[in-house]
Amino acid sequence: MKTFYKKFSEKFIEGLLMLSGTITSLTVVLIVFFLFKEGLGVFDKKPVEEGYVIALSKSNPLKTLSSEQIKNIYDQKITHWSEIGGKPDSIILFRAEDISNFYSDEEIGENFEGLSTCINRLVDSLPDIIAFFPKKYLAKDFKGHELTVDKVSLKEFFGGKEWFPTAQPSAQLGVLPLILGTLWVSLGAILLALPLGLAAAIFMSEIAKDNVRRIMKPLIELLAGIPSVVYGFFGLVIIVPLIQKTFNLPVGETGLAGSIILGIMALPTIITISEDAMRNTPRAMKEASLALGASKWQTIYKVVIPYSISGISAGAILGIGRAIGETMAVLMVTGNAAVIPHSILEPVRTIPATIAAELGEAPNGGLHYQALFALGCILFLITLFINLAVEFISNRKQHNKH
Amino acid sequence: MYNIESKNVDFFYGASQALKNINIAIKPNTVTALIGPSGCGKSTYLRLFNRMNDLIDNTKISGQVLIDGEDIYAKGVNVDSLRKKVGMVFQKPNPFPKTIFENVAYGLRVNGITDKKFIEERVETTIKQVVLWDEVKDKLKKSAFELSGGQQQRLCIARALAIQPSVVLMDEPTSALDPISTAKVEELIYELKTKYTIVIVTHNMQQAGRVSDTTAFFYMGELIEHDTTKTIFTNPKIERTQNYITGRFG
Repeated sequence: MKTFYKKFSEKFIEGLLMLSGTITSLTVVLIVFFLFKEGLGVFDKKPVEEGYVIALSKSNPLKTLSSEQIKNIYDQKITHWSEIGGKPDSIILFRAEDISNFYSDEEIGENFEGLSTCINRLVDSLPDIIAFFPKKYLAKDFKGHELTVDKVSLKEFFGGKEWFPTAQPSAQLGVLPLILGTLWVSLGAILLALPLGLAAAIFMSEIAKDNVRRIMKPLIELLAGIPSVVYGFFGLVIIVPLIQKTFNLPVGETGLAGSIILGIMALPTIITISEDAMRNTPRAMKEASLALGASKWQTIYKVVIPYSISGISAGAILGIGRAIGETMAVLMVTGNAAVIPHSILEPVRTIPATIAAELGEAPNGGLHYQALFALGCILFLITLFINLAVEFISNRKQHNKH
Repeated sequence: MYNIESKNVDFFYGASQALKNINIAIKPNTVTALIGPSGCGKSTYLRLFNRMNDLIDNTKISGQVLIDGEDIYAKGVNVDSLRKKVGMVFQKPNPFPKTIFENVAYGLRVNGITDKKFIEERVETTIKQVVLWDEVKDKLKKSAFELSGGQQQRLCIARALAIQPSVVLMDEPTSALDPISTAKVEELIYELKTKYTIVIVTHNMQQAGRVSDTTAFFYMGELIEHDTTKTIFTNPKIERTQNYITGRFG
């Protein structure tokens, strides 16, 4: 009877442990599945808002337009049909709310009951018109033709240079500025953090006396525990005005501010991981170098650093990983302009900041919403790649040491 | 004329005394074996000769250690050039994470030699000196970790010899090696004697008997007896030495 209980409780605990493992893995899989299901949906959508149509006069030979062309037409960057392969006449823009410029209130009707007839007549009478209006005002005997708009393409999504997900009549979903913004800020961060972090790690593992190290190490680890919104606050109040003043800029919220904050945030990761790697250098190896008449510094850069290079790289890559995924601090200090940055002193917008800032105002299930999920997918793939790189490097390290 | 002399050497780790009043004189081109049970201070003593104990915090030395008549613990002594003169081979093979060639060239490079041809020649002669050339001449550009333990240890000896020291310290150089590799290293020690003064710490009695000219027996931080190896092993003057040699304790 006793052995039965023992066996039973062991089996029970085993089952419990297995269940925990399964639940965790399942959760991760579910999150990824959800992310990609929503994110990939964006490529099945048209950039024109649902329930709206864009129509041309029957005499206009154009059948389709890309979302970029539509935007340029409405921004009056394209003013003649000939620029997009049509007639040489200038384009007449029309939105539903412009109707009162053409027809009297009586004709439109108090509750817009005459609106569809009005639009119909207008499109019929102006051969160079492009009209954007709600689908419910599309007359049954419509005299123009509806313009077909291409679905969001991969090329447009990844190559597009403009991010205006709420633009009317056609949303612009170019993520290039966001990806570049993210990489730009992260690159800046790592360029600042790596030399500083490496120097601190060398100091702590090789030079500092034990009691100094005992004070410094917890201090640096404390840096990792500060909430990111506090970093953001610090950046906004101290670093942003400082940059504005130093470089004499109209605004201080720039990629550089983001890089500095992210650099500070990446420091503890870089320092602790590379310091651990350096401290793992066998004492005998350092002694062998010193015994050959090498100075302390020669020993550090000729033996300690080469020996721990894989740990140092892992620290640097994990630091970048932290920088790429960071949201709040970056959102607060980078200025969030979704344009391709040309210098580090311009405002930039990163992927996580975009998601955090816009998800609240994106209607559930809509184009914008799905585009944000697609951004999430991109971010996920970047960090996945980074983690795989770290894995690869640490495996190589073990191989190296026998 | 003695190559190495120590006069009234006391050594402390913090408050505990590791060496008590050690007096030894070592002639050039001899092999001296330091033997004794674990913790007797023989390794500590060996590491005094190239000031390796400086790396340990909280240590203190008194008395004199002379190498070629110069007090190496005097003020103003350049430790880096002392270590160039006094090479060291460690207990476990500890090649650098570099190529075989670069391991041997390391000592030359850190001492400021940049002449490529000179380095190549020196590396080749030194590897030949440790009888490793035929085994590694085709893979000089490969990582030193690809060699076997015995080969690695001979490489480490070559690394120490490349900067042409006058004294070579060996801290249990064969304790991590198989018998065949051990025999090769011992043979090497015997040959190296013609050019260098060698001090070797070993816990292997037979090894001390085979390779050394004089043997010093340490016990509890004291030098019990130092004499020719033959005398120590056949006719020691002190009973404790005899007990240790014959395996009655230790």
